[in-house]
Amino acid sequence: MADTPDEKPSPPSGAGGTPPPGPPPAPPRKEAAPDPLKAEVPSVALDRLRTAHAEALAEVTYHSRQVSVRIAPASLLSVLRFLRDDEACRFDLLIDLCGVDWVAPPERFEVNYHLYSIPRGHFLRLKARFGEGEAAPSATSIWSTADWFEREIFDLFGLTFAGHPDLRRILLPEDWRGHPLRKEYPLAGYPDQHLRLR
Amino acid sequence: MLRTETLDINMGPQHPATHGVLRLVLSLDGERVVDLKPDIGYLHRGVEKLAEHEDYVQIEPLTDRLDYVAAMSENLGYVGAVEKLMGIEVPPRAQAVRVALAELQRVASHLVWLGTHGLDIGAMTIFFWCFREREQILDLFEGFCGARLTYNSLRIGGLQQDLPPGWVRKCRKFLEIYPARQDQYEELLSSNRIWIKRTKGVGVLSAAEAIDLGLTGPALRGSGVSFDLRKATPYTGYEKYAFEVPVGQAGDTYDRYLIRLEEMRQSISIVRQVLDSLPEGEVRGKVPKKIKPPKGEVFHMVEGPRGIQGFYLVSDGSERPYRCHFRAPSFVNLQALKKMCVGGMVADVVAIIGTLDIVLGDCDR
Repeated sequence: MADTPDEKPSPPSGAGGTPPPGPPPAPPRKEAAPDPLKAEVPSVALDRLRTAHAEALAEVTYHSRQVSVRIAPASLLSVLRFLRDDEACRFDLLIDLCGVDWVAPPERFEVNYHLYSIPRGHFLRLKARFGEGEAAPSATSIWSTADWFEREIFDLFGLTFAGHPDLRRILLPEDWRGHPLRKEYPLAGYPDQHLRLR
Repeated sequence: MLRTETLDINMGPQHPATHGVLRLVLSLDGERVVDLKPDIGYLHRGVEKLAEHEDYVQIEPLTDRLDYVAAMSENLGYVGAVEKLMGIEVPPRAQAVRVALAELQRVASHLVWLGTHGLDIGAMTIFFWCFREREQILDLFEGFCGARLTYNSLRIGGLQQDLPPGWVRKCRKFLEIYPARQDQYEELLSSNRIWIKRTKGVGVLSAAEAIDLGLTGPALRGSGVSFDLRKATPYTGYEKYAFEVPVGQAGDTYDRYLIRLEEMRQSISIVRQVLDSLPEGEVRGKVPKKIKPPKGEVFHMVEGPRGIQGFYLVSDGSERPYRCHFRAPSFVNLQALKKMCVGGMVADVVAIIGTLDIVLGDCDR
């Protein structure tokens, strides 16, 4: 608690004719201690992106010493290709491609690209948001492994990928209705889809 | 004029050599594979959807049932992800025991791989020998946590409980007898003419193709890419132990076989180092009563026996994750099956499925 030297302690009531002073001013707010979990970490890939594709960067967040970069959907493929081919980045391994359903329109689906560079040892997460009915660009032309990841996102979320060579369901039967990882899909499924044992 | 046509044949989902419920639609021209379409999802249980409705402690048993042959690695990756998300420190004793358990799990998993791979190709003896040693490892796990396959024994912040008395002694006894047993496996197969004919030059993948297909683990290292997470981004104290990462050259089934054998030996060496230097102390760090990670996200990776197991957690500040995604190495590695099989003989499909070492629980989730 900081001292406020200008303030006199309030006199006991009834003493003298001076009006009782107002309540003492609140002590100055303590600086919020920086959250170590949200601390920024240096990222060569982020620096390169800021130099070469600054217009595509929408948002940068940090958590647990990992960088997440949100990219404008229109520049997504060129940014991914840049990250794979740029000498300082060399993200040759697409470790994971997954979706998240944020429900609120207009852009409910978030696609996350987890990239790793075997020669350089970097890790980066890239995000892009797409709305209901929009098609995300397919990354299969950049990493072949994106094929089945995108099929899984299509299967479980219903987000289509433009340019995918064979976009069809992968985990669920081809005649399944609905996309289970959407938040409105009930956990136990729809009763008319349950297996009927004759 | 003889007319020939390609034959579409269905392999699975019930098939002794598909290592689970995997269906392959093969297009054959005689014995040559012209096309191969995997059909997966027979073991899809909606684990990621379930995880959104359970709290962080309840999700751990779900991770056991992903890659059920390497459940300890799955547990390790999952609790590591939550610990990263919350910034929880794990005490050194717990970290060391986790390394020992993970490496024992690697040996147990590779024993399943070796036994079933050999059995699929036609070598029956190796199957019985591998499972004989695996029984001893499963006994060790049962002594530690009570379960042989689905452990659920690591906790966020450390371990469920400390090693029981006598565990270290029993483990050392196993470490003593194991190397001679592995010598026997190698004597049986490594210079066996039939084995070499069935595995050399089969399922060849170049380094560039393997990285492009996202392969990790022994499937990637067989093609000459030296990438092991335990060395690249060490976790749970792996940097304290000296071990080598075997890397292949030809990218064929035989190289991947040799790599996994050597990995088993390295794992035994790591466990021995852990037991020799096991720190004293508590086995559980400071963890809040209710696991409520702050808003944020994390992607944690571990080097499982099959490849990189990834855990992507998105927290909205509540007791349940907003999104929990499991990056399954078997799902990714299976994608390479088509490239490796097309152009080869149908009999090699069985060898290649074995060398990719997939577990359908992990693939389908």
